[in-house]
Amino acid sequence: MKRIGLKIAILAVFATTASNPSSWAGESAAVRNCTWCHGTGAQGYTVAPRLAGQRPQYIMSQIRSFREHSRNNPFSKQYMWSAVAALDPHTARDLANYFATIQPKPANDGDSTLASRGRTIYMDGIPEANIVSCYACHGPNAEGVRDIPRLGGLSYSYLKGRLEQWGQGYHSTPGSPMPMVATHLGPDEVEALTSYLSFVR
Amino acid sequence: MIGARSVEADAPGGRRGGRIVRTTGLRLAMQTLVLAMAFSVSGYAQERLVPAKGGLEAKLEYCKTCHGLSGQGYLGYFPMPRLAGQQPEYIEAQLRAFIERRRSNPVMRNVAHVLSPSMVTALAMHFSHLHPPPFGGAPRGSIATGKRIYEEGLPEANVPACSACHGPEGKGQNEIPRLAGQVYQYTVGQLSGWKSERGQGTAVDTSAIMAPTAHNLTRSQVEAVAAYVSYLQ
Repeated sequence: MKRIGLKIAILAVFATTASNPSSWAGESAAVRNCTWCHGTGAQGYTVAPRLAGQRPQYIMSQIRSFREHSRNNPFSKQYMWSAVAALDPHTARDLANYFATIQPKPANDGDSTLASRGRTIYMDGIPEANIVSCYACHGPNAEGVRDIPRLGGLSYSYLKGRLEQWGQGYHSTPGSPMPMVATHLGPDEVEALTSYLSFVR
Repeated sequence: MIGARSVEADAPGGRRGGRIVRTTGLRLAMQTLVLAMAFSVSGYAQERLVPAKGGLEAKLEYCKTCHGLSGQGYLGYFPMPRLAGQQPEYIEAQLRAFIERRRSNPVMRNVAHVLSPSMVTALAMHFSHLHPPPFGGAPRGSIATGKRIYEEGLPEANVPACSACHGPEGKGQNEIPRLAGQVYQYTVGQLSGWKSERGQGTAVDTSAIMAPTAHNLTRSQVEAVAAYVSYLQ
């Protein structure tokens, strides 16, 4: 925790001094400010999710929700609210487009014995229990579309945290159906789904 | 280095604990209630419960997760059609078509399969009484063309006026669906892939009526009609 706190402090200094959109490149200061926490190659690191291969419209919508404080779970509040405070919309768009082009690697950190159960829930939902199909919105390979995020290959712990947070009343994008979806998922379903997704390429 | 253990410990534990207990308690109480009602009515339960109030509410929420919080439709990976204001007979007929595989859709088949006939009726009635504004977002450039096709058809291409069956305001009737306010991408998808989506299987289906009509429309004509009806209130 301490180390991430330090990283954020340094990041905040960077964000206020080193934003230079005119010299855009993969190795720009703006990108480094993100990968500092989101991992080498933006593949995710502990609590910071993978950005590589993420839908650009989703990244932009989340940056907006951090700025407007509508995505209000503890880590977002603690890190992302300040991280995006000095980010201008033009740079946000460039960053989103840049990360979207990086080939994502699956986290593979779920319980592989639950993966097939998770896949069934992902594709079909559990209609008897009013659990909806994830596939209908997130796509056959969990690749996402527009501002609906790619889920395939995100880390088990990140996905689990997100699904639990909606059940606890935290929000993200206004109007998202996810809080409703998440309240119907029991702990076993969350385990199975997030395990499956962590292996999706 | 921060391990998964400390990550979990950082979550707002106390709060989460409290809510989970409360939710579980509520869920248990609901299940008990539903079971008790089912037992008192029929002597046996399981599988298809009578749509008690709680059952209907939960199922409506389930439908609206994908079809929009007011039934106005939604764009997921696939476009989810508007159900609000839809003809109840049409909704019932389509749910049957999914179950009988006359309409190919992997998600909706599973969804429809667990619905009891009385639940289907209750859901269809509920949606027919909703009137949110259209989902919107369709391109506006060809609305005038769409209106003309909708009201006059394309006599040279043997396309009848849509309004002849779907009504001048696109409200539909009985098994003929309402088109007013329908999600643009959904209508385009249905009209351009009619043969692969509708009238599957061996049974004769009312959707067969649309096959020649859909076939004779060009892509840009399909888009024009879909855009026009998407803005009808």
